[in-house]
Amino acid sequence: MNHSVSPNRMWLNIVMYALLILSGVAVLYPIWTAINISMLTDQQIAAFPPHLAPTSLYLQNFIHALQQAPLGRYLLNSTIQSSLVMLGQLFTASLAAYAFTFIDFKWKNVFFLVFLATMMIPWEATIIPNYLLIKKLNWTDTFQGLAVPFMATGFGTFLLRQFFRTIPRELHDAAVMDGASDLYFLSSIVLPLARPALGTLAVYSFLQTYNQYLWPLLITNSPDMRTVQIGIALLQDEERFMFNTVMAGVVIILIPTFILFIFSNRQLIRGLTAGAVKG
Amino acid sequence: MIQGPTQPTESISPPLPAIARGRGLKGVQIRQIKSFTRAMLFLAPSLAIFITFVFIPLVRTFWLSSYLTNPLGKPTVFTGLGQYQRMFSTPELGNSLLRSVLFVLETVPATLLLALILAVLANQRLKGISIFRVVFSITIAVSSATASLIFMYLYHPSIGSLNYFIELLGGTAVPWLTSDKTALTAISMTTVWLQLGLNTVILLAAMQGIPEELYESAMIDGANGWNRFWGITLPFLSSTFFFLVVVDMLAAFQTFTPIQIMTLGGPADSTNLLVYSIYRQFYFNGNYGLAAAQSIVLFIIMLLLTIFQFVFVERKVFYE
Repeated sequence: MNHSVSPNRMWLNIVMYALLILSGVAVLYPIWTAINISMLTDQQIAAFPPHLAPTSLYLQNFIHALQQAPLGRYLLNSTIQSSLVMLGQLFTASLAAYAFTFIDFKWKNVFFLVFLATMMIPWEATIIPNYLLIKKLNWTDTFQGLAVPFMATGFGTFLLRQFFRTIPRELHDAAVMDGASDLYFLSSIVLPLARPALGTLAVYSFLQTYNQYLWPLLITNSPDMRTVQIGIALLQDEERFMFNTVMAGVVIILIPTFILFIFSNRQLIRGLTAGAVKG
Repeated sequence: MIQGPTQPTESISPPLPAIARGRGLKGVQIRQIKSFTRAMLFLAPSLAIFITFVFIPLVRTFWLSSYLTNPLGKPTVFTGLGQYQRMFSTPELGNSLLRSVLFVLETVPATLLLALILAVLANQRLKGISIFRVVFSITIAVSSATASLIFMYLYHPSIGSLNYFIELLGGTAVPWLTSDKTALTAISMTTVWLQLGLNTVILLAAMQGIPEELYESAMIDGANGWNRFWGITLPFLSSTFFFLVVVDMLAAFQTFTPIQIMTLGGPADSTNLLVYSIYRQFYFNGNYGLAAAQSIVLFIIMLLLTIFQFVFVERKVFYE
C-alpha cells in the first residue's frame, strides 16, 4: 500500500470518491424512491415536477396501508414460514453434512452428488407436480405447505460440510474412542464450533424464504395465510393509483430484511461467495 | 471461502495379514454395513424431502408432459411427444421461448458490466469504503416483489420520476410498460438492479483473492493501472465471470415476479417469458401436460448451462 500522499494520488482519490458516491446514489435511488413516495400526500405524488424528497414527516400513508391490508398478519405469516424453513434446513443440513464429513460409508460420493444435483434442478421443473401434491395432501393455506418442501438444502449441506472439514479429524476419532455417540459429538463439539457457518445458512435461508413469491402465490388463497410479498402485490392491485400507500407497505416489509442484512452482512456475504470463489 | 487443510475423506484399511484375512473380511463387511446404516440415518431427513419434493416431482413432470390432462391435472390420454410438438408449433409458446432468450441477452451482459464497475470501485482502499460495499450489495436484501412495485412507480407514464429525469437530460419520454417495444427492457432493467448486489459481492470477493504480489511485480515492471486491470484483474476473474454468467442466465430464465406484478405478460405477449407462460398454462388454463412440457424444455436449457459450467469451472469442487 502506498502511504505517501502525492498530489496525483489525492486527485485520484477525489475522482474515486465522486464515482463511488455517484454509483451509490444510483443503486440506492429506487430504495430512496420508496421511502420518499411513502411520505408524500396524494396531491404531492401527482405533482409535476415530481417531488424528489418528502417535505415533512407525513405518516398518514403508513396508517392507511395498515388499515387497507393486514400487513401485521402477513409479516407474521412470512416470519413463521421463514423460521420453519430456516430451522428445518439447519437440522437436515447439519445432520447430512456430519455424515459426509465424519462417517466413511459406501457410495458416499454418489450420495454427495445426489445432494449437489438438487441444486441444479430448478423449481420450475418440479412445480406442477408439487402444486398437485400439496393440493392432494390438503396442504394449501397451511404452514407445512409453505415450509416443508424447502426444508432440505443441497447448498446448505455443501456449505456446512466445507466448514466441518476444518474440524480436526483427530477430535472425532478421540471422541469415538471415548465412547461418544455421533449425535453427542455433533451436538457438543461440531455444532458449537460451526456457529459462524450455521449463522450464514440461517440468514441465507431466512432471507430467501421471506422473499419468495411464486410458491406462496400458488398455494395460498385465504387472506389469513398470505405472505408479505403476495400481500403487498395485492395491495397494489387494490390501490392502483395510490402509490404512496403501496410504497408505505413496501417500506414496512423491507425493514425486517434490511435490519437482517445490515447486522449479518459479513456472514451472509461469506455464504453467498462460498459457491463462487475458490480459495 | 471456508476451507481447511485437505483431509482424507476415505479411510483406507491397511492390508490384513494373510492369516487374519478370513475372519477380518467379515468384520470389515459388518463394519461397512454398520457405518452405511449410520450414515443413512443422518441423511434420511434430507433424502426424504429431496425424494418427495424434488426427484419424484421431476419424474412426474416428464411423465405429465406426455399426457393430455383434465382441468384438475389428472392425466387422461397418452400423447407421447404431442405436447412438445404443440409447444413448438403454437406461435404463442414459441414466442415465449424466443422472448426469454432475448431477455437473457438484454439482462446478463448489462448486469455483469455494471457489477464489474461497482466491484472495481468498491475494491479501492479508501476511508469509509466498507459503507460503499454494503450499499453496493444492498439489493441482495430486496425481494423481487418490492423491487417490481418500486420500478412500476418509476416507469409510471405521468407521475413516475424516470421519464422526468430522461426529459431533464434532453431525451424523450419512454412508454416503458405500455409499449411492446420497451416492456421487456423495463423488466430487464428491474432484474439487472435486483441482481447487481449479488454480482458485485461475488466479483469483489474474487478481486480480493488476487495475490497482492502480482500487482507489485507488475508495478515494478512499469505497468499502469489500466494495464494491471487488463493484464491481471480481468484474467484472474475469468472463472468467476463464467460462474456469474451461468448464475445470471439461470436467474433470467426463471424471471417471474416482475412480469406477474408489472405486465402480466403483455403488452401483446412481449413479456410472456417461459416461467410466466408455464404459470398461465397450468394455473389458469389447466393445460398441465403442456405446461409440463414447457417446464421440461426450461429444465433442459438450465441443465445444459449448469453442466457446461460444472465441466469447465466447478470441477475443483469434487476433487479438492
